[in-house]
Amino acid sequence: MRQPVPAAVPRARLGEAPAGGSDSGAVVSLRGAELSYGTRVVWQGLDLEVRPGEFLAVLGPNGSGKTSFVRALLGRQPLSAGTLTVLGGSPREAGRHVGYVPQQAELSAQAMLRARDLVRFGIDGHRFGPRPRTGAVRRRVDEILASVGASAYADVPLGMLSGGERQRVRIGQALATDPRILLCDEPLLSLDLNHQRAVTELVDARRRSHGTAVVFVTHEINPVLGLVDRVLYLAPGGHRIGTPEEVLTSESLSRLYGTRVDVLRVQGRVVVVGAPDGPAAPPHHTHETAHETAHETAPGAVPQTEEVRP
Amino acid sequence: MTLAEGVWHQIFSFENYGELLALVRNSLIAGAALGLVGGLAGVFVIMRDLPFAVHGISELSFAGASAALLLGANIVAGSIVGSLLAAGAIGLLGARARDRNSAIGILMPFGLGLGVLFLALYKGRAANKFGLLTGQIVAVDTPQMTWLLGTSALVLVALAVIWRPLTFASADPDVAAARGVPVRGLSFAFMIVLGLTVALSVQVVGALLVLTLVVTPAAAAARVTASPVLLPLLSVVFAVLSIEGGILLALGSSIPISPYVTTISFTIYALCRLAGTYRTRRWGVRRTAPQPA
Repeated sequence: MRQPVPAAVPRARLGEAPAGGSDSGAVVSLRGAELSYGTRVVWQGLDLEVRPGEFLAVLGPNGSGKTSFVRALLGRQPLSAGTLTVLGGSPREAGRHVGYVPQQAELSAQAMLRARDLVRFGIDGHRFGPRPRTGAVRRRVDEILASVGASAYADVPLGMLSGGERQRVRIGQALATDPRILLCDEPLLSLDLNHQRAVTELVDARRRSHGTAVVFVTHEINPVLGLVDRVLYLAPGGHRIGTPEEVLTSESLSRLYGTRVDVLRVQGRVVVVGAPDGPAAPPHHTHETAHETAHETAPGAVPQTEEVRP
Repeated sequence: MTLAEGVWHQIFSFENYGELLALVRNSLIAGAALGLVGGLAGVFVIMRDLPFAVHGISELSFAGASAALLLGANIVAGSIVGSLLAAGAIGLLGARARDRNSAIGILMPFGLGLGVLFLALYKGRAANKFGLLTGQIVAVDTPQMTWLLGTSALVLVALAVIWRPLTFASADPDVAAARGVPVRGLSFAFMIVLGLTVALSVQVVGALLVLTLVVTPAAAAARVTASPVLLPLLSVVFAVLSIEGGILLALGSSIPISPYVTTISFTIYALCRLAGTYRTRRWGVRRTAPQPA
């Protein structure tokens, strides 16, 4: 399953990038990383290096800290212990080199924007002051929309798009800065199978053509099973890192959950049976910022088995 | 018939129109500035879901203005102080929508109560009291003009500087924060800008009807366009039309300005909503067409 890492590393950006990856060539590097809210430890002892062009899937039940992991990589959630470097520097400095596809939230405010406006945010939305009239930016937006197959609805407000169409636009936005890391938080949520495939293909094509590392948070491994190099499985009882073959086994998951879990492989798909969903108590966010973006779905919203579709 | 005619003449009267027009020259200029500022701020009020905050701020602005009236101070200044206190409190107390609405619900009656108290203590002209709530057009004298225009200019400059990241932060806060946009700081900055805008609007349309300038025009524009250029532009045009039309119609009558402004503003919204259904249908057709894979 492991894909060869493409040799083509994206061209260096003059003066803007932190001087490239760390010594080891990893784009993301965690050492003894721990995250806890008050006395509740979400994860600890996390050692992980993500290489250019690697596809890392982050799995785990609700409340196991998948979203906190994303927030940490974005520099929005300081670690309680250990170190985290992104592109050799602090996550905050990595800013524009990390393309972020957030979890689909309700669209109240975005509904009135057009697809092209969302993509344009990705390019210059963070700059203060009046916007210079530049055809170059506009052409770049058109280019990006075409590359994700969203040209047909470039001028349609997001509120009028389907979930799959919006997700294409989202990926376009994340790719707008030509990032070296693509960070996707549950990008397949509430998409049908065709759109799931389209979205994963877009992400995969990008890492092959540009050597972009992909960190892909998902509660369902099957749509990306064929693409994943390594899995980070977060569970209430600890975590495991390795290839899907190593991590997604009855033995390894049983140990993580501390109870009997069966992992079955049926027609190239992985079915997990008996994994308790989340901690016994509903995930409580003691940290106030965690409320702002209610990332975790309600406990019980995800079925006991990871794969229920026929 | 005579009764109906009498009512009609109370509402629309154009006798001595030319002479009256000279009296409201200041108001027309202030109205244009207000339309500009209100129309632009309204875009973010819609985007950030803040209409209730606008209403809450306007009640405290009213309290500030009535306090100034009682103390014989500058009414515009009083109303700005009230607005800024309210906007600051809302900005600090309620980063999240639910907290914000409770904070506003608590502040609003308190502000209105204070305002009523100050007005009850005030022994001056009754029209001044009523005007703060429902608007007045001839009250804008030269020192007030300076305040109004100065504050408008300040708001315009602030909006020009924060426009882009504020749009990003309003529409897409998650990604904006990830890209290093100071989402919270901008949120607070906009509350202050909004406070100033509301304080200005109170002077002309009155505290009870600020929404007609700060929300309705932008909401109407959002019905007919999604373009980030056309939307604020139309919003400003609608706001200016409403207020200037209102001033011109209210000129000869004995009725306050607000019903004229609100009626024009509402009519524009209704028309835009109608036009908007056509637009929605057009996209509906597009979306059933086959998609490229």
